[in-house]
Amino acid sequence: MTNWPLILSISKTHLLTKIKQTTIASLGVTFGIGSYITLVCFMTGLNAMLDDLILNQTPHIHVYNEIEPSEKQPVDLYDAFKNSFNVVHSIKPKLSQKKIHNALPIIDYLNEDDRVMGALPQVKTQIFYIAGSIEIGGNLTGINPLDEARFFRMGDYIVDGSSEALHNSDNGILLGIGIAKKMSLKVGDRVQVSPISGGVFSLKIVGFYQSGIADLDAIQSFTNLKTVQRILGETNNYITDISVKLHNIEDAVPLSKKIEQQFDLKAVDIKTANAQFETGTTIRNLITYAVSITLLIVAGFGIYNILNMLIYEKMNDIAILKATGFSGKDVQFIFMSQAMIIGFVGGILGLLIGYGLTSLIDTIPFKTEALPTIETYPINMNPLFFVIGFTFALVSTFLAGYLPSKKSKKIDPVKIIRRQ
Amino acid sequence: MSTVLEARHINKYFKKPILFHVLRDINFSVNKGEFVSIMGKSGCGKSTLLYVLSTMDTDYEGGLYLNDKLITNQSRDHLSAIRNKHIGFVFQFHYLLSDFTVLENVMLPAKKLAEKSYQEIEHDAMEKLKMLKIEHLAKKKAFRISGGEKQRVAIARALINNPAVIMGDEPTGNLDSHNSENVFQIFKTLSEDEGLSLLVVTHDEDFAKQTNRILTMEDGRIIS
Repeated sequence: MTNWPLILSISKTHLLTKIKQTTIASLGVTFGIGSYITLVCFMTGLNAMLDDLILNQTPHIHVYNEIEPSEKQPVDLYDAFKNSFNVVHSIKPKLSQKKIHNALPIIDYLNEDDRVMGALPQVKTQIFYIAGSIEIGGNLTGINPLDEARFFRMGDYIVDGSSEALHNSDNGILLGIGIAKKMSLKVGDRVQVSPISGGVFSLKIVGFYQSGIADLDAIQSFTNLKTVQRILGETNNYITDISVKLHNIEDAVPLSKKIEQQFDLKAVDIKTANAQFETGTTIRNLITYAVSITLLIVAGFGIYNILNMLIYEKMNDIAILKATGFSGKDVQFIFMSQAMIIGFVGGILGLLIGYGLTSLIDTIPFKTEALPTIETYPINMNPLFFVIGFTFALVSTFLAGYLPSKKSKKIDPVKIIRRQ
Repeated sequence: MSTVLEARHINKYFKKPILFHVLRDINFSVNKGEFVSIMGKSGCGKSTLLYVLSTMDTDYEGGLYLNDKLITNQSRDHLSAIRNKHIGFVFQFHYLLSDFTVLENVMLPAKKLAEKSYQEIEHDAMEKLKMLKIEHLAKKKAFRISGGEKQRVAIARALINNPAVIMGDEPTGNLDSHNSENVFQIFKTLSEDEGLSLLVVTHDEDFAKQTNRILTMEDGRIIS
């Protein structure tokens, strides 16, 4: 039977009489945990921001009609040349329509799939922005502004304006900020656009679009689906692209394959489209954890060291405790509990310091062209990190305390007493 | 008269650096209320014998009986409990926990035993300190008091659980003659008035002469 109040009171006395050592040992844990929390919150915040930069704007699956050569050329269909080696020079892509055939039923079908969060229609077309006699080439994409804002956080990339404004306006345009600068336009002005097929349409600027990628911002603008369809002189089932957002990004590859097979369309999943981006995320996470664990291990060795010294100093105490009837286990618990108290106090302080530092970083201004809505350094203050940090503080102090305390358990009091 | 402590055919070897037969067939017993001293030259094995009797050293052959119960080959935890309840120690070097107050030092074994409430233990400890005339030191840290005082605190600590036997390893070896005499008188009183059994290893012939019985050791044997 272990008498915990007694053991704790002894370790309390030991810790308080050696308050300097105790403080230093606790500070080791505190700094370890504090910097772990800071680092992890900051790094994952940055990671999330960089992920968002790509993930938010990119559909998990992008469905469209690819212009490409037919896989089976006419010569392949001719039986007479079946067993011969055919060489076809100067292959041309097959003429096909840009619009997705039966797009609206396909969208309905995709929206019913459990894995799909939302499937949104888009109309993409090339246009010219007309400024007097100058024509600037560009892209115009017709969208459902509210859905885009909901699923792809369109709102984060709109400056001076909103997706609602676009939704409410029949001939509004969300102009790329690069074009707006070139043409010295501001919100409320009108801009003339001309599709390739000819004709000039005057659209009212309801806001600016800034993706953070300058080349894109210099050509890309958005309007309502209906507006583009009217400019192109097409009916409301003219859809060129479908953006699919999934609940789980892992479903992207199988679902895109299925869409390609089922509808005879091109479906590109996000992993294929952004293979290099995922590698970056993985490596950044790896570095974050490697550094954090190193910090915590260093703190652990500090505790190990101090506890080891403490036990050497307390050799006489150990002998006398054992001689007066404390068992080896009692003595081990005395030193174990000291380690755990150091870990507990240091861990709590570390959490506070980590919280303070991250809160501080969260207020430091951070302006970037890439993300117009970001004002300060991104911080991901996930409670899980605090739980992990505190758990690690306890586990590492337990391990650091275990070995020295095990030694104290085995110390033979006779040897100590006779040595005098 | 009942036997408190009995040793039967105790043999012990030191295996390092070379095999050495340090205790050779030790047989003796201590009765209740008896004051026994063990004398002998340095290296004759008297301290070794004391540590075997104290149950701290378990590496021996033979049988050891406390209150007529065999305690050889018990588990270490059980032996700790036996030491706690039945055996009190006084060493040559005073061996107090220097970070604790005198009162806490005295109370510690009783807290470990946990048979009484904190208030009772504190009361008992103060009684023991009063008996040894050092109650005024109760609140002082153990490293702040003099050698003779420390030894009396150690005696108070040995007494706190009302043990069956008190063992001393040269308890007066490090004290001046005045304090030695003082400690001896305390032992004597405990033996005569409280009926406590005492087993003391000593070099001090004057001290030994005044005890009930002297065991003389030579080359690992008890010769008288």
